Amino acid sequence: MKQVRIHEGRAVPIERSDVDTDQIIPSEWLKRVERTGFGRGLFGEWRDDPSFVLNDPSYAGASILIAGPRFGTGSSREHAIWALMDYGFSAIVAPSFGDIFRNNSSKQGLVIIQLADADVDELTRLVKQNPARLVVVDVDHLCIEVPEDGWRRKFVLDPITRGRLLNGLDDIGLTMSHEAAINRYESASHAPLSYVFDGKGSISPSYGKSS
Amino acid sequence: MDRTLFEKIWDEHVVESPVGEPTLLYIDLHLVHEVTSPQAFEGLRLEGRKVRRPDRTLATADHNVPTDPISTPVADPVSRRQLEALEVNCQEFGVTFFARGHENQGIVHVIGPELGVTQPGMTIVCGDSHTSTHGAFGSLAFGIGTSEVEHVLATQTLLQQKAKTMSVTVQGAAPAGVTAKDIVLAIVGVLGTGGGAGYVIEYRGKAITDLSMEGRMTVCNMSIEAGARAGLVAVDDTTIEYLRGRPGVPDGAAFEVLADHWRCYVSDAAANFDAEVMIDASQLVPYVTWGTNPAQVVALSGAVPSPNAYDDPDERDATRRSLAYMGLEPGTRMRDIPVDVVFIGSCTNSRIEDLRDAAEVAKGRHVASGVRALVVPGSHRVKRQAEEEGLDQIFLGAGFEWREPGCSMCVGMNPDHLAAGQRSASTSNRNFEGRQGRGGRTHLVSPVVAAATAIKGHFASPDEVHE
Repeated sequence: MKQVRIHEGRAVPIERSDVDTDQIIPSEWLKRVERTGFGRGLFGEWRDDPSFVLNDPSYAGASILIAGPRFGTGSSREHAIWALMDYGFSAIVAPSFGDIFRNNSSKQGLVIIQLADADVDELTRLVKQNPARLVVVDVDHLCIEVPEDGWRRKFVLDPITRGRLLNGLDDIGLTMSHEAAINRYESASHAPLSYVFDGKGSISPSYGKSS
Repeated sequence: MDRTLFEKIWDEHVVESPVGEPTLLYIDLHLVHEVTSPQAFEGLRLEGRKVRRPDRTLATADHNVPTDPISTPVADPVSRRQLEALEVNCQEFGVTFFARGHENQGIVHVIGPELGVTQPGMTIVCGDSHTSTHGAFGSLAFGIGTSEVEHVLATQTLLQQKAKTMSVTVQGAAPAGVTAKDIVLAIVGVLGTGGGAGYVIEYRGKAITDLSMEGRMTVCNMSIEAGARAGLVAVDDTTIEYLRGRPGVPDGAAFEVLADHWRCYVSDAAANFDAEVMIDASQLVPYVTWGTNPAQVVALSGAVPSPNAYDDPDERDATRRSLAYMGLEPGTRMRDIPVDVVFIGSCTNSRIEDLRDAAEVAKGRHVASGVRALVVPGSHRVKRQAEEEGLDQIFLGAGFEWREPGCSMCVGMNPDHLAAGQRSASTSNRNFEGRQGRGGRTHLVSPVVAAATAIKGHFASPDEVHE
């Protein structure tokens, strides 16, 4: 996944609460089997509206999205993350996030910055006053700032997510290095299930079935 | 020390729990569908990795499948490609796959339980947020993203931070006419869309334990609409009797041994929850959503709220935006709102009991003119059983369409969707903007309210149909 230490860019505020994953990437886009090209579908329901903030030329090229509470609620679609990143976003700032969305973000290197409502409002105000303001996200020191305005806030990331962002680590490779523990668990700790799937379209009893 | 049901299942599945790191949690059952898996299989292929436990991985086609007769080819080339990709991936990696038309095929959260492969005490994941449905069996079940799908395929484990626990107790008996869907709409209304974030909810109380397994699945299904990744109900006789005789469980004495073990999957008497919510069942009524998130709920007998009813300016704005999208005026009685489409289906409400309840309302009556009403069974097994009971004939006689199984109009990925501006009464789980088709307006209701609404042409309760 993408490695992130410091990200600098301009921000764009989408002043709405409960922006769900269906808004981030409509379901018609979920039929694709690729991982790329989702940026064109980002906020698909709203993109045709000239008054939608992403269509405002003064925010063109922004790479930090500022949103309202509960951003990314709804479905588990990681396509929402792929769409945001493919469009060019590297970080999302909001007062709260959907749990699965937050988790998915950490797998792709999209930085999730949760700030208090008042801080999100302040940042929104600064950015609206001057959309060209540079915003700096520092994953190493866990802070976000608008240097020209002397505005700076700390944010929290769990240490694992932070470490993964800083190093661009792949979870699967890490987990596979614990294979011995998984083998141990499978052979010792865990009761067998009453069935297995045979890979040929059947559910077979794994024990105790008389017929 | 007394533990909650969630903690018991969690403890049994810890592979490793290094200090200061997320827990490596073992996954018993991995359910797979065509939408969130192609990029995961591709990831395995690129790294030369295998599926670690194909014997614990089950795939089905549901989101994209058309609900036309099975002999009709999949017209949309993009959908077809995704369905074909799943078939090819399952063959290549040795995963059991129920393709469109297979006797076991259906919505992933319908087939797991009905095949008896969803069992108490298990950890269950799927690349789908409504995986919470399986928690009705006293299992820990939650939705994951595609990167995690790949992780589970490769390792049969997940890296997880332990969630907090919340009990939602629905005290007392629910009044007649209040269904499981109404109970969960009330819960989501109380908690809000973010109230459950960070928690695993255990649903308790008489109104919950009185429910059938189908009803419990409806409640657990919508946990995610309150922000909670998982919802659970403790194991009892209802759980065990539902599972008896299903393909995934043994017969005879072996079943009794298993059932005895399952009975431990309840919270201990003195277990502590991090948060506790109490709801008085006697106050519950049939509900309908009016807005664009599932917490925007009002009594069926009520009216569209006014933005001015909210003190919080953000809430006022959100309400204004929802009403504009929904094309509704504050103060309009819900019963006066006409609908264009009625959808009975989805992983929330497409099981046999849902169809029986809806058919009971529809029997001998007819869908109002100008209304399109679809019934989409959750699986081929549900469809077959409904046909054996004659429910298909009741629906067809009443002017409903009787379709093949799939997610259908809940998610708008197959040809069943709303046109812009169309209004639906839907038994599904999400009323997000555009969820059922671009510009479509979704109102969430129970199967009986959906059936009554189809017949009256406006939101209605079964009593009004019988008048």
